[in-house]
Amino acid sequence: MADWQIDLIKVVFIWVWALLIAVVMTWVERRASAMMQDRLGPNRAGPFGLLQPLADGIKLFTKEDIIPERARKILFILGPPLFALPAFSAYAVVPFGDKIVLGGKEIILQVSDVNIGFLYVLALGAIGVYGMVIGGWASNSKYSILGGLRATAQLISYEVPMGLALLTIVLLYGTFSLREIVLQQQGTFLGFLPNWGFFKQPLGFIIFMVAAYAEANRVPFDLPECESELVTGYHTEYGSMRLGLYLFGEYVNMGTLAAITVSLFFGGWGLPYVDMSRFLGPVSYGIASFFVFFLKQAFFLFLFVWVRWTVPRFRYDQLMGLGWKALIPLGLINLFITALLVQLTT
Amino acid sequence: MAKQLETICITTGPVEVGDYVTLNIGPIHPAMHGTLRVITKTDGETIVSAKPEIGYLHRGVEKLGENLTYSQFLPITDRLNYCSAICNNVAYEMAVEKLLGLQVPPKAQLIRMIMMELARIADHQVCVGILGVDLGALTPFFYLIIQREEIYEIFEWHHGARLTNSMGAIGGVEADLPERFHEKWPKLRDTIRKANDETDKLLTHNRIWMDRTIGVNAFCADDALNWGFTGPMLRACGVKRDLRKEEPYLMYDEVNFEIPTGKHGDVFDRYMVRMLEMEESVKIIDQAYALYKELPEDAPLMKKVPKIIKPPEGQIYHAIESPNGELGFFIKSDGSDKPYRIKIRPPCYMVYQAFEDLVKGEMISDLIACLSSLNVIAGELDR
Repeated sequence: MADWQIDLIKVVFIWVWALLIAVVMTWVERRASAMMQDRLGPNRAGPFGLLQPLADGIKLFTKEDIIPERARKILFILGPPLFALPAFSAYAVVPFGDKIVLGGKEIILQVSDVNIGFLYVLALGAIGVYGMVIGGWASNSKYSILGGLRATAQLISYEVPMGLALLTIVLLYGTFSLREIVLQQQGTFLGFLPNWGFFKQPLGFIIFMVAAYAEANRVPFDLPECESELVTGYHTEYGSMRLGLYLFGEYVNMGTLAAITVSLFFGGWGLPYVDMSRFLGPVSYGIASFFVFFLKQAFFLFLFVWVRWTVPRFRYDQLMGLGWKALIPLGLINLFITALLVQLTT
Repeated sequence: MAKQLETICITTGPVEVGDYVTLNIGPIHPAMHGTLRVITKTDGETIVSAKPEIGYLHRGVEKLGENLTYSQFLPITDRLNYCSAICNNVAYEMAVEKLLGLQVPPKAQLIRMIMMELARIADHQVCVGILGVDLGALTPFFYLIIQREEIYEIFEWHHGARLTNSMGAIGGVEADLPERFHEKWPKLRDTIRKANDETDKLLTHNRIWMDRTIGVNAFCADDALNWGFTGPMLRACGVKRDLRKEEPYLMYDEVNFEIPTGKHGDVFDRYMVRMLEMEESVKIIDQAYALYKELPEDAPLMKKVPKIIKPPEGQIYHAIESPNGELGFFIKSDGSDKPYRIKIRPPCYMVYQAFEDLVKGEMISDLIACLSSLNVIAGELDR
């Protein structure tokens, strides 16, 4: 197989996988929330209601597409894809497994090992929010504008602490490449702790997680679409598949963030204490590493759902307060201490 | 508006900016419980003014009363506060009985008490649950609403209806406590307590919940009294006033219960008062049920009243403590079979007057929180 063919297969695989996760997550969200709330949840379409996302998709596709008369048409159309696509693109640098040997050829399980993978993820995360802001503004509805406004404020407030938390990881591992970072997290340190970012950067992890929830636009930070105040915020005026893209993009986004969390803080595809490559064949090792990665990602995806149905929502000013008064100073202190330690120990 | 409004083009249409943006919340809005409408002027997210507009659910209930006989008006009262219709029924029945000078048999009084307290629990459950939903916590709502369904089950066994109950009649109640109630209540008591407990665990000490509710639209007792607040809203401000204690009716003077009060009159205190009142209501039902058990099984349920009730000329005002506060019925009779005038004093009306005072200077999110913590019921407000 030529290199470009392998690349194509990887792209298609990761794309389908991201899509599948998002689809299944909409089902998990509804079933898990039902489980937490003493309800049944959707259980009619297919076994355990597993076909529910499909039914929803068909419904959204066949709905009438309405563009409000006074909306700015081009931007209105541009909004949803701008929101959903960057989330997909971010998957490109996620190392979803170690490597697999097929036909004597070693294939790295990552679409592309960009040496600035890190910045790429951050940049795409920032672009995704423009989808919300543009959608909100283009709708020409006051609720949408308020939602867009909140999204803007949230973007500015939470990109900074997220960047600060990620910088500590860069300092620690001395690279921007996600694959390199994951490779460095294998093994143990201090004799017993897994060499994970989480154990080396607990504060950084907490800051990153909070920022990730804000970035994913989930409770307790779902202010831009806060259904009780702003009807549905930035996508109030949207319908049919345009709305579907917004809703769907959120789950893709969650998948990306969970994948990034696993790669940066939880050792990616590696199992702690166990070196799978020793006793597994080259093919089965590749598959096993992928499944380990997937399980870790699934846990963080479920965490998103769990948190959503547990806590109430922040108020706009409290959200800003948390971002600027708590997370950014903490992030700065954390960065300073990490820099100092790295300087002293190397 | 003090200053001339300028308009700027945000997209293609003009959106008023000038000093403030006018944001119309309701009557069709997911956070508006019923058809309430608030016209707010906002400066960013801060509310500069909030003018409630009422009347979207006005059905002329009071006028209807003038054209119906005393018994025919009873089902109409269901449609006041539809979250606790039984309290409206009993309040009306008692007003008419007072006009007639009737003393209802003790068994009927106890059944009324039990049913009313159940309705109070159901009402508070909805209110607390909705408050959670509006602040983004959906889960407690389900824990509470499942228990409410169980309570409605009891209502259904007793008088056949779940929401619009039309319980009882002038002169007593039509049916004894249902057979199944005796088994159901001990179990239900535990599940209600468990649901409250779970809600309490999820919300009360949750940092986000505390941030969202403590100090939000706090109200002082003097203002509350001046505006005519009653019920949980007034008690949250620290005034210990409860008609069940102040002017005991039915057999409330024979049961022991506390009146939970707050201190600051903020959303958190209103929430806490409601949560604690549910517990008190459970205690009241327990005691009333014990009293009921002491009565002989064939004790009368109804006082003999004529088919067509014709009260003597006169006027009467009778109020009870409904879940939302003082619910009063004023009835003027001219000696005919229809009331000359019926005036209802709903607790919501007095509370909703103060809405602008409550939310001015707060944020849009607080307006929603405030509204759901006030438990303004459109049916009762507009009548």
